[in-house]
Amino acid sequence: MEVNQYLSMFIDESKDHLQAMNDNLLALENAPDDMTIVQNIFRSAHTLKGMSATMGFEDLAHLTHEMENVLDLLRNQKLTMDDFIFDVLFKGLDSLEAMVYDIIEGGSGKADVSALVASLQSIVSGDYKSQAGQQTGNVPAKQEESNSRQLDEFQVSILKQSMEQGVHAYSIEVTIREDCVLKAARAYMVFEALEHNGEVIQSSPSVQDIENEKFDRSFAVYYVTGLDQEALTALVGNVSEIEGVHALLLTPESLDEQQQSQKQQADAKPAQEAADDKPAGGGKARQAQGNQAAKVANRTIRVDIERLDVLMNLFSELLIDRVRLESLAEEIRKNELTETVEHMARVSSDLQNIVLKLRMVPVESVFNRFPRMIRDISKSLEKKVELEIAGADTELDRTVIDEIGDPLVHLLRNSVDHGVEMPSERTSNGKPETGTIHLRAYHSGNHVFIEIEDDGKGIDREKVLKTAIKNNVVTAEQANTMEDTEVYQLLFASGFSTADKISDISGRGVGLDVVKSKIEQLGGHVFVESKLGAGTKFSIQLPLTLSIISAMLIRVGNEKYAIPLSSIVETMAIDPGKIRHVHGNPMINYREGVIPLVSLKQVFECPASDEAESEELNLIIVSKGEKIISLEVEEFIGQQEIVLKSIGKYLPNLFGISGATILGDGQVSLIIDPNALFK
Amino acid sequence: MGEELKVIVFALGDEEYGVEVDKVRTIERMAPMTRVPKTPDFVKGVINLRGIVTPIIDLRGRFGIEEAEHTESTRIVIVAYGDLEVGMIVDAANDVMDVNSDAIEDPPEVVGGIKAKYLRGVAKVGEDRLLILLNLEEVLNKNEIVQLEQLEDK
Repeated sequence: MEVNQYLSMFIDESKDHLQAMNDNLLALENAPDDMTIVQNIFRSAHTLKGMSATMGFEDLAHLTHEMENVLDLLRNQKLTMDDFIFDVLFKGLDSLEAMVYDIIEGGSGKADVSALVASLQSIVSGDYKSQAGQQTGNVPAKQEESNSRQLDEFQVSILKQSMEQGVHAYSIEVTIREDCVLKAARAYMVFEALEHNGEVIQSSPSVQDIENEKFDRSFAVYYVTGLDQEALTALVGNVSEIEGVHALLLTPESLDEQQQSQKQQADAKPAQEAADDKPAGGGKARQAQGNQAAKVANRTIRVDIERLDVLMNLFSELLIDRVRLESLAEEIRKNELTETVEHMARVSSDLQNIVLKLRMVPVESVFNRFPRMIRDISKSLEKKVELEIAGADTELDRTVIDEIGDPLVHLLRNSVDHGVEMPSERTSNGKPETGTIHLRAYHSGNHVFIEIEDDGKGIDREKVLKTAIKNNVVTAEQANTMEDTEVYQLLFASGFSTADKISDISGRGVGLDVVKSKIEQLGGHVFVESKLGAGTKFSIQLPLTLSIISAMLIRVGNEKYAIPLSSIVETMAIDPGKIRHVHGNPMINYREGVIPLVSLKQVFECPASDEAESEELNLIIVSKGEKIISLEVEEFIGQQEIVLKSIGKYLPNLFGISGATILGDGQVSLIIDPNALFK
Repeated sequence: MGEELKVIVFALGDEEYGVEVDKVRTIERMAPMTRVPKTPDFVKGVINLRGIVTPIIDLRGRFGIEEAEHTESTRIVIVAYGDLEVGMIVDAANDVMDVNSDAIEDPPEVVGGIKAKYLRGVAKVGEDRLLILLNLEEVLNKNEIVQLEQLEDK
């Protein structure tokens, strides 16, 4: 079998499943009695096991199998959740993740899982509890019962629920012909057929045992479906080498009878209570979820990212031709041509929207690893922190998504470490013991904002300034006149940390400067707001997309350049007589202050233009954070959507140039990086 | 018997040079270029090569020999080496030739004013024709651009 073509599918799906397990485990930590969650985790683990076994990743399959055993006991309420089990399961997930990432990197996905497997097995056998001094000898005894054909409360409630909704519930016994060679395969086909038309509630022996051919000739399932008895019998009977099918329609009464005849032990009472409310609702939710999942699965396809990139490139070509056609149509001035070109322009701008949207990914794919991360960090710091996520469905360009993860990790770690106080400190300050970190994402105009807000101790202005002066970032005089926002920006200077002691999480003084430069690389900005004692908010502003931007085309000498609109404040024309010289540097009056004047012609050493100098100076005011400068240009050509192109690897580190674009006339125009022009 | 190499032949001044055919993407006529500020003199700018922005260097300038006026026969040879794609301006490009690898000899110290490290060898073709094979790795060495820039800054 050619495995490679399935590998990428395997990787994608196993990532999905790992994420789902992670999410669900976290949810379970908050609601340890919710069996629907255990059920979901179990399913993910089961699928993952099957997939990895098929792909030949033995260790992966082995570990998932052991985790599955524990989960199986949990969902059958043979075991109750405790911290030890959670920790082991989380550790298991971590090493599963490590193995999957090893596979992604081209490794064999092998890892030493024996320690984990041993802990998992000790959970299954109940040994871990006796080691901890708690004697619960009845766990193995309970295990034996799982082989008998019993329904637990949860399963009964699902069956009842289905009956109330007018869906039939059956108890089916299937017998396979004696001469059948591949019993497991036939049984699998039966399950396939059943699951297409309804839901298997319970099977005896268990599905795993059946898959491993650990059954004699017959097996039995509880099953809910919309099919009537006859159709059901025919459905199962259609599978070859099946000797007999005996489907018995269940009614609520017959089910109760069956239940009563099964002597339930002491633990039946709490479970019964649970069965009365929670699983009933849970059952419904689960069914609804199932339906939804099926729909979504049919409506989406996975596409190789490279193909999207190709599509994007082709579209860029088209855009260039469109601009070209537009200028041709203007020259030729023929009505039909103009109309056609206009129509094409409309269609292509719709197309542009769609193509750009294709590359948009919900920021969720980055956010969803954070709850787990916050849990781990706060545990290791012995703090209590809750992470509230909002706007996870906000979409960003894939390129941005790929890069934004690390900066966010830094900022979140920072919030837990420096922001949120120790529980004791919080209570003595009259705050709730548990700190809250809000992680929000939302659209606004042509930007996406991501905010990280904590209700911790806020930034101590004096402390920041003290460190800044000590590290020679600012002088004492400067410090006195600085605005709060300027002080906060000092946090992003390199080699800066206000943490009193260096912790494992942050405080090494690297990080925030990296965060800032990474975000600026993406064309974004970081802002900080803070109130001492009340909390800190980091806001990240990001462009929607990196591949097509709005820009102002300008002329300097005979050369055309593009300046990204995002950094332009305004354009203006002034009288050359208004230039002032401060220490030999040209400056102009702008609003309340004086700002430097930068001549692009000088910076880029442009050859002189043929055209006569105009009487006025054309200026473009650009900003970088708080700083503002004016750029002298010779002519404003106009605003245009431009496609960003790389200038190639041959020309490294160009000064003041961030890339190139192709204009309507086929000429290449360079894109100015205004940030480089600030001194 | 060594293997046969197919090379694109182009001219700089009176000399004939060759680059293996599989390293050559296309050969273009001269086209208007966009100057890129603050680059070494031999970098003439970038062109739009069917939607891809491609840097162009003048091969004469690259080798430190006097640059010539561009004429009707001036061509841009677009070569690819590793992940680089660069156009080289040459005086003319008009031939494809088979060269036997046995006929390639190590280059002398300096050929036509070009340092030996830029050359892969000299091949004798026919009776009195000499073909100088380029060492693209060195010709397109990015580090040299960086070094040149630093020199200019000083």
